[in-house]
Amino acid sequence: MHLHKYEKIWLIFGVGSLVLFLLVLGVSAFAFGHQPPSHMGKVDSQNLAQDPVFSNPGVTQINETTYQATIIAQAFGYEPSVVEVPEGSTVIFQVTSKDVVHSFTIPETNVNFMVTPGHVNMATHTFNEPGEYLVLCNEYCGTMHHMMQMRIEVTPK
Amino acid sequence: MRQSNLALKDYQEEFEMGVDPKIKPLSMIHVSIAFVAFILGVFGGLIQGLARGGMMQLPSWVTYYQILTLHGVLLALVFTTFIIFGFLFAGMSRTHGAFSDGLRKLGWVGFSVLTLGTLLAAAMILTNEASVLYTFYAPLQAHWIFYIGLALFVVGTWIEGAVLLAHFFKWKKANPGQPTPLFGFMTTATILLWIVASIGVAVTVLVQMLPWALGLTNEINVVLSRTLFWYFGHPLVYFWIMPAYMVWYLIIPKIIGGRLFSGSLARLAFVLFLLFSIPVGFHHQLMESGISEFWKYMQTILTFVVVVPSLLTAFSIFATFEQTGRAQGGKGVFNWIKKLPWGDARFFAPFMGMIIFIPAGAGGLINASFQLNAVIHNTLWVVGHFHLTVGSTVVLTFLGMSYWLIPVLTGRRFTRHANRCGIVQTWLWAIGMFFMSGAMHLLGLLGAPRRTAYATYSDHPQALQWFEGIFTSHITVGVGAVMLTAAGVLAFYNYIYLAFLAPKGETEFPMTPDPIDTQQSPKFLENWKLWIGIAVVLIIFAYTIPIYEMIVDAPPGSPTFNNLIK
Repeated sequence: MHLHKYEKIWLIFGVGSLVLFLLVLGVSAFAFGHQPPSHMGKVDSQNLAQDPVFSNPGVTQINETTYQATIIAQAFGYEPSVVEVPEGSTVIFQVTSKDVVHSFTIPETNVNFMVTPGHVNMATHTFNEPGEYLVLCNEYCGTMHHMMQMRIEVTPK
Repeated sequence: MRQSNLALKDYQEEFEMGVDPKIKPLSMIHVSIAFVAFILGVFGGLIQGLARGGMMQLPSWVTYYQILTLHGVLLALVFTTFIIFGFLFAGMSRTHGAFSDGLRKLGWVGFSVLTLGTLLAAAMILTNEASVLYTFYAPLQAHWIFYIGLALFVVGTWIEGAVLLAHFFKWKKANPGQPTPLFGFMTTATILLWIVASIGVAVTVLVQMLPWALGLTNEINVVLSRTLFWYFGHPLVYFWIMPAYMVWYLIIPKIIGGRLFSGSLARLAFVLFLLFSIPVGFHHQLMESGISEFWKYMQTILTFVVVVPSLLTAFSIFATFEQTGRAQGGKGVFNWIKKLPWGDARFFAPFMGMIIFIPAGAGGLINASFQLNAVIHNTLWVVGHFHLTVGSTVVLTFLGMSYWLIPVLTGRRFTRHANRCGIVQTWLWAIGMFFMSGAMHLLGLLGAPRRTAYATYSDHPQALQWFEGIFTSHITVGVGAVMLTAAGVLAFYNYIYLAFLAPKGETEFPMTPDPIDTQQSPKFLENWKLWIGIAVVLIIFAYTIPIYEMIVDAPPGSPTFNNLIK
């Protein structure tokens, strides 16, 4: 098969770029730990009341600046509906669904992951600015999907 | 690019086949259903654009999500599938001779099954029994008739696909040792891709969802059903793109008065699509639990590989343009561009699609970029993205194709009037899409969710800014939607005109003369057993372990949730 000289240059440039992009993504993920949210933990979505973790959703302090927020997504809201942490806190979110597929999304941050029933998904975020952060569901979950939201209150120090 | 095209005349002595008159009704009915779906889908899009921007309120008897489901199903599944099969039936007859009576009748059987499935699914959507969007993610549950409709839709495409494959392989058997016509080669690659990919959706619909919707099983494995859907869902986009590429590779060169740059590169590109467009579905599930990072990254690599045949295509098409422009006397670095037929809608509409595919493809690379996906996943950015790819590149190419295909099938002429409508329609679509898709991309970066009705989230400032930007606003999306609707109406008018009103006469089915390298085309490219084998090996590699884990290590399943959609 004949390849024109210009085509060889074009393909070397194109494939080279793709390899470079993949290297950047791979190094960032596997060397620096910037992985996409892929938690493997499981729950029984129909019996969350008996679950050791999700029977008691809310915030617990882990150390001086780190909090764990345990949250249940369900049509059409989150439990709890407000989480309060002080400015500068790092929050580890662990979320599962009581019914259908939802998301847990804080606009303009990297916290944006799917919440599928039966699985727990997680993300971590440090809130350096005080304020009232919006959390919304960006996966269609039924007629009132667009009402599904909660807040993260980050209080000034 | 100094290969001459002027030798073209010596080559062109072979007998020109037309489309067999007996296959024309089958092809035309596909095109007609596609256009009816198109115009209904376009109006669905208009209503969504206006409702989402808070510019109109929906009446109480219809919901945003019902219209959204209709819009997605009509445009992404019905319009595309029907117009693609209409094109392939006509083109296979044009390039491989008339279909046998048996195959033609089987084609009608396939069409009937496909149409029945479409009508059943549509009836469930219209009665608000299936407002589950076109991805129908479990455990939201539609009426069981919706799933029967989907299954019949897929089976119908398999029957029609089998007809096209049988016609191709009959030709191959009757012409041993000959390089196959490019149209048949590409049709075969497209149909094989479709069949291998749609097995995934058939399995989830028939094995998981239908028994669950009928109450035969109590629970469903959600992550498995999503994985099977996306095993199908990504190659689905290549099932749209490959016929559009066929127009670019095979039809456009003839329209601009040249010939395709290279046949073997075209074949190689289609083989690469067949191999690499299936084992990549996890890039739609990057933000999802229950699938490990390792397998997500493996499929990210394979996703990037499938960019290569598009790079090949970009080179081949623009090389064809330059070669032809120069053969027609275009001099200097850029003067050959002036030689292209800018006033011809059959060229201009697909060309605009090609230009739009450049930002569309770049956006696709961003979406597939593993952890970077968190920034845009399920935001309006994604909607902006696929309104460029399928909603502009594919749509404009198919509309440009319909401007000659319809008169070929109805025995009419593609007139100056129809051409002028086509040019205006193309500009309107491109400009409307600039506003709509541009604003969607930027809104997505600000976190605006996709698939969501009008909402200000209790007037949260972050949500309010989505309505207040100068360009980055839901209002801009609505304005774009109005322009796109005008373009859609014009395209539908052109369909009516070319199908029923235009003067009777002959219209050419344009087909590139064989590329100069046709006789040197390597034999291994025609080895379908090899390509299917490699495709299956890649699928087994990318999916076996994660799917095995999803099944044996599954969490308790989900019951039905059909109350949430009504």
